[in-house]
Amino acid sequence: MITLQWLYVLAGAAFALFSILSALDSTNGKRFGNAAFWGLLAVSFFFGGDLSDFANGILVLLLVGIAGFGLLGRGDPPTTTVAERFGLSDRFGNKLFLPALIIPVTAFAGTILYNYTPLGGSGLFEERWVTLILLGIGVMLALAVCMIWLKPPVLAPVEEGRRLMDSIGWAAVLPQMLAALGAVFALAGVGEVIGQIAGTIIPEGNIFVAVLIYALGMVLFTMIMGNAFAAFPVMAAAIGIPVLVVGFGGNPAIIGAIGMLAGFCGTLMTPMAANFNIVPAALLDLKDQNGVIKMQIGTAIPLLACNIALIYFLAFR
Amino acid sequence: MSDYLVLSGILVVVAGFALKLNPLLVVTLAAFVTGLLAGLDLVEVTSAFGKAFNDNRYISVVWIVLPVIGLLERYGLQQRARALIEGIKGATMGRLLLIYLLFRQITAALGLTSVAGHPQTVRPLVAPMAEAAAEKSHGKLGDAQREKVLGMSAATDNVGLFFGEDIFVAIASILLIQGVFDSYGYELTPLQLSVWAIPTAICAFIIHGSRLLMFDRRLTRGARR
Repeated sequence: MITLQWLYVLAGAAFALFSILSALDSTNGKRFGNAAFWGLLAVSFFFGGDLSDFANGILVLLLVGIAGFGLLGRGDPPTTTVAERFGLSDRFGNKLFLPALIIPVTAFAGTILYNYTPLGGSGLFEERWVTLILLGIGVMLALAVCMIWLKPPVLAPVEEGRRLMDSIGWAAVLPQMLAALGAVFALAGVGEVIGQIAGTIIPEGNIFVAVLIYALGMVLFTMIMGNAFAAFPVMAAAIGIPVLVVGFGGNPAIIGAIGMLAGFCGTLMTPMAANFNIVPAALLDLKDQNGVIKMQIGTAIPLLACNIALIYFLAFR
Repeated sequence: MSDYLVLSGILVVVAGFALKLNPLLVVTLAAFVTGLLAGLDLVEVTSAFGKAFNDNRYISVVWIVLPVIGLLERYGLQQRARALIEGIKGATMGRLLLIYLLFRQITAALGLTSVAGHPQTVRPLVAPMAEAAAEKSHGKLGDAQREKVLGMSAATDNVGLFFGEDIFVAIASILLIQGVFDSYGYELTPLQLSVWAIPTAICAFIIHGSRLLMFDRRLTRGARR
């Protein structure tokens, strides 16, 4: 069976290669910082499952140290110029899209085939990770096609990957770090304390105010945690279930489903949701780290109002 | 009162982001402040932090697409994406992103959340296409406008994903809602929950879609001036 572990080995190999080529890149004044950072990630992907929790913790602290003290630079491996790229784009034409489409198409068609044909019973892939594994397979296929068709220098994919990776820099591990922070918050009982506070400010007998506090609580807590998943159990336990469902007799399915979506409006407005908001700003080379969030606020706020209205008008009929 | 001490980690995060300190440092500091105030010792916090980091490695697996994307960019993929849009009559940034929004919502609603995303589709295809389309109607973009067009491309991907995925019955958030209500004695099926994601999905399409088309009009107006 192909498991998530296989993908981790693939990712480990990619980061190991980034690390080695970083170390050899004399154009980058901070090359050993980059080599150490990507190298530690390679160690995490290869051996993270075998290391003790404490050793993994030390590994994280080393990553933070390298990034926090500005030891990460940006490699600039040789590549084609913009003018050359226009020429190549004309030469290869729209066929250039095909390898790029191999990745999403493999993930899309593969998932559908796997879920709706007898293939799914074969146990070929680890159930929970089918699409992600297929994404990995798509990457390998696309890479093979590119190497055969475009005949680039052998190291070109690693060098180009390293260029993009360096441009993202420390932001690449921020989403994973925030997930880890969420785990520590959960251990310390941060959610319960916030739930208690929210639970004490509800006036009696007013459905609308209760719905409002439930939804705004989801948004605020999601913005703090960067993730609606962390907020939902807390707000459901503090207000959703005891006040809205038990107290006012609301429909639990509506209160649950739309309450979660109110939280998603918060995800659109917080830098803590780094993989959705901060990483793309780095990927697109935006000058303003919050450039993506600023474009989302105009959608998030009216949509939040819709969610509040939907809960109020649908759940208490 | 002492319960409230564990909230100091939140203050660290808010202050750290406001002071624009390196976010990795801020997050780590917040984790240690919270853990220590909750009565854990240094080794326990380090271990909890390390374990959670390790359990969440799947989040960072997506970077394996970068070598392919980088290689195709070396051979002119972004330029090709621009040329394609320049050749289509009537293609505007707003309409292009509107179609992408619909595509993202529908595929996410079918459970196909990883088929698109910021590294896979936004950087190599959607963002350069949106920029080319905006330049068609507006002429050369200023820096501030260019940032907005690129930011809107990423924003459209997020909106499409968030407000499509919950229509799919087997997505993590639906299972979480089901689990939470189940522990309080309310038995809900995933389907019961996912149908109630549809009204919000429609609202999201209307709200974000109209913003995209309005953005188009603003760009065109700016060009005439």
